[in-house]
Amino acid sequence: MSEQLNKMREAHRLLSEYNYELGEIDKGYTNRTLYVNVGTKEIKSKPVTQQMKDKFIGGKGFGMRLLWDAVNSNTKWNDKENEIIISGGPVCGITQYPGAGKSLCVSLSPMTDIPIDSNVGGYFGPLLKFSGWDALEIQGKAEKDVLIFIDGNTGRVTIEEAPLEHIDAHVLGEELTEMYADSEDDKRNVAVITAGTAAEHTRMGILNFTFYDKRRKVARLKQAGRGGIGTVFRDKNIKGIVVHFTGVKGDLNHMADRAKVTRAGLKVHKEIHRYDDKQFRIRQIGTANIVQTMAEHDLLPTHNYQYGTHKEAYHIYSDEFQKPYITQGSPDGCWYGCSLSCAKAADNFELLTGPYKGDKVCVDGPEYETVGAVGSNIGCFDAQFVLEVNFYADTYGLDTISLGTAMAFAMECYERGIITKEHTGGMELNYGNKEVALELIHQMSRGEGFGVIVGQGVRKMRELFVNEYGADPDFLFEIGMEMKGLEFAEYLPKESLAQQGGFGLTNKGPQHDEAWLIFMDMVNNQIPTFEDKAEALHWFPMFRTWFGLCGLCKLPWNDIVPMSNKTAEEPAKIPEHVQNYVDIFSGVTGIQIDMDELITQSERVYNFQKIFNIRMGKGLRADDRIPYRAAGPVTKEEYLSREERYDKQLVENVGVDPTKMSLEEKMAKMKEYRLSQYSKLQDAVYKRRGWTPNAVPTVEHLKSIKMDLPELIEIIKPYLIEEGYWNEAE
Amino acid sequence: MKVLVKDESLCIGCHTCEEVCAQLFFKTKDLGKACIHINTDKDRFHHIGICNQCGECINHCPVQAITRGANGVVRINKNICVGCMICVAECPEGAMSRHDELVEPFKCISCGACVKKCPTGAIKLKDIEVDKKEKAVF
Repeated sequence: MSEQLNKMREAHRLLSEYNYELGEIDKGYTNRTLYVNVGTKEIKSKPVTQQMKDKFIGGKGFGMRLLWDAVNSNTKWNDKENEIIISGGPVCGITQYPGAGKSLCVSLSPMTDIPIDSNVGGYFGPLLKFSGWDALEIQGKAEKDVLIFIDGNTGRVTIEEAPLEHIDAHVLGEELTEMYADSEDDKRNVAVITAGTAAEHTRMGILNFTFYDKRRKVARLKQAGRGGIGTVFRDKNIKGIVVHFTGVKGDLNHMADRAKVTRAGLKVHKEIHRYDDKQFRIRQIGTANIVQTMAEHDLLPTHNYQYGTHKEAYHIYSDEFQKPYITQGSPDGCWYGCSLSCAKAADNFELLTGPYKGDKVCVDGPEYETVGAVGSNIGCFDAQFVLEVNFYADTYGLDTISLGTAMAFAMECYERGIITKEHTGGMELNYGNKEVALELIHQMSRGEGFGVIVGQGVRKMRELFVNEYGADPDFLFEIGMEMKGLEFAEYLPKESLAQQGGFGLTNKGPQHDEAWLIFMDMVNNQIPTFEDKAEALHWFPMFRTWFGLCGLCKLPWNDIVPMSNKTAEEPAKIPEHVQNYVDIFSGVTGIQIDMDELITQSERVYNFQKIFNIRMGKGLRADDRIPYRAAGPVTKEEYLSREERYDKQLVENVGVDPTKMSLEEKMAKMKEYRLSQYSKLQDAVYKRRGWTPNAVPTVEHLKSIKMDLPELIEIIKPYLIEEGYWNEAE
Repeated sequence: MKVLVKDESLCIGCHTCEEVCAQLFFKTKDLGKACIHINTDKDRFHHIGICNQCGECINHCPVQAITRGANGVVRINKNICVGCMICVAECPEGAMSRHDELVEPFKCISCGACVKKCPTGAIKLKDIEVDKKEKAVF
């Protein structure tokens, strides 16, 4: 260890220590969770009850259950009662199936004030479980910066003051990996969670999870990006969390039927081997493969979601990253056994700005979402720039999606004169101003200037611009791409009603985790009626929720397609792969399920989270109100950019003659039509999900999925009475 | 380096090679645990699945448990292996082996025990230049 690291370690001050029996994992569960209060310094083990396993499965299910018990309806994100829960789930840590090392992070979000969950790779989740814990539950606020260290081989947990380590993730990840590893070979047995300097000054802070790349010899970073959990982390004065476990093998989960799991995994490994090059090229360029497809289908969010493509868009197509920057030829899985290997790295990438200017660094990514957010959406069509922002967002601890969408909103406000140089500190915040965009990000790290305002997100910016700068609240609502306080992910939803529902009718806000129906709806026209769309907006969110209960990644489900899909009745569901998940769940846990029960498992947690939202003051129909920019053309420029298409829709769908109407009249008619369509979709989806028109789950539905827990009924009862859905017999 | 080579036209499908290998490697009569595989197709032609030591598997191992030894033979370090089986799926020869009862995969190490017992000379150990497929790492 270097002299500098020695000094850092010597400066640690032990605040609390807890020793535990190592135990053994039984069919995917350790059957206990680790509670750490960084304020009171209490560390203890809590049993996992049978009800937790039956109703909540693991992962985000465990996170939601523990968070519910920790907070009340008045708890705010920065109260000491708020928690960060990190849990993998029963399947997490298997090595035989691609994408099985995910951690689910749950907290009350600084952006939405309701529970958020974020799915992240890296080695922490598996190593936490192998160290003996199904979940890590962190509560309280430390007085000074602390580290939490879990030694999974000796059974020891400590809270230590750590004054000297850096905060930025790419530095701290390396420091802690080296500090806690016994040797170079041992570094892969250390997993670190950090945030970053900007996580402290904004609301969109992320958690960075490391995985040590033996070939590149670098602690790479994966992100729990959405909802500001990194901001909660820094608010608790946590600098880092480290787990060290040596001895990863192929069956530490002690699966009920390992052979069943292995056979399912081998089948998918072979599909990836044969078809990935011809299908989505995930191994070559990861999720960024779809930038071009999005641009070609007019779906790549451009200039704050006004448009779906741009003449310069080709500068950020995947080839522009792959050829000059991305190093290949190495297994890039963020957990062992992921042959899909979407994680990509730009090695020796030289930074042109900021405190690390001139450094040659390893940038993980870019993901598609990052390219859309900090590329096209802010009008910066430059691969080098996107990678530079990607690097700084990660190391400073910023969610690239919220960052890009928030910058795009600020830029539109600037371009329309709603804010001026007077507000931005002299910066010319036009689309495409790369220098200014980077300076905003560096300001977020330093905690100064207009960057900090942008870092509060679209909703807070909108409130400021309306309340302090006299902006028009209705217009800002229409162009501010957030719902429930969370920024939209990077798909242009305005031409796909189903995708509007995929973003709008969600528990945690408009993200791409729950439903991605653009292609099914727009390109393939597979879900034409409201009932079809409602069915899709039931099944897909429920199915995708299930990955988060088990510690799985979504990509190996539909980013590789088996040959059987050609003859499948419902190809969008990839039925063969859904069956694989049924098999690996029963193979790990020994609990026999089928495809229907898999969906019901998700429904239980989904409805729990829904009622959690209602408990915290959101989660009703009004909270699913969509900004019109997501549903149709807000401005004349937007209408004119697709005039032919919109005029045709007025004729065919609305039944009016656009040739006899002014532009303003056409826009008003289109808005009336599209918002009424969204409202009808709300009715259909709520009904399908077993909810009232006000989006409240009914008791009958909760009973049907065996989730009629008294604490849930207590929350929904007054709403059901008000709406006339309460039956006294219940 | 010494590599197993085959002449499938000479194979009579007696499975002696598999028996020898399974016995030597795992002390078992279970032919599923052999590193060499004889598969007979519908035309009663016998296909011999053997490792040619190309090293493609080295590229795909996430924990670098597979390496080429000083004698050129590709081996799995079972202490490091995490049993993901990606090497099994990626093997261009279909020669990387696995068994339901075993956590880790296993492979031919060019020991030549099967060659000695083959009654027809369908497999031989030859000293040849191998077209190595492993790529340079970073």
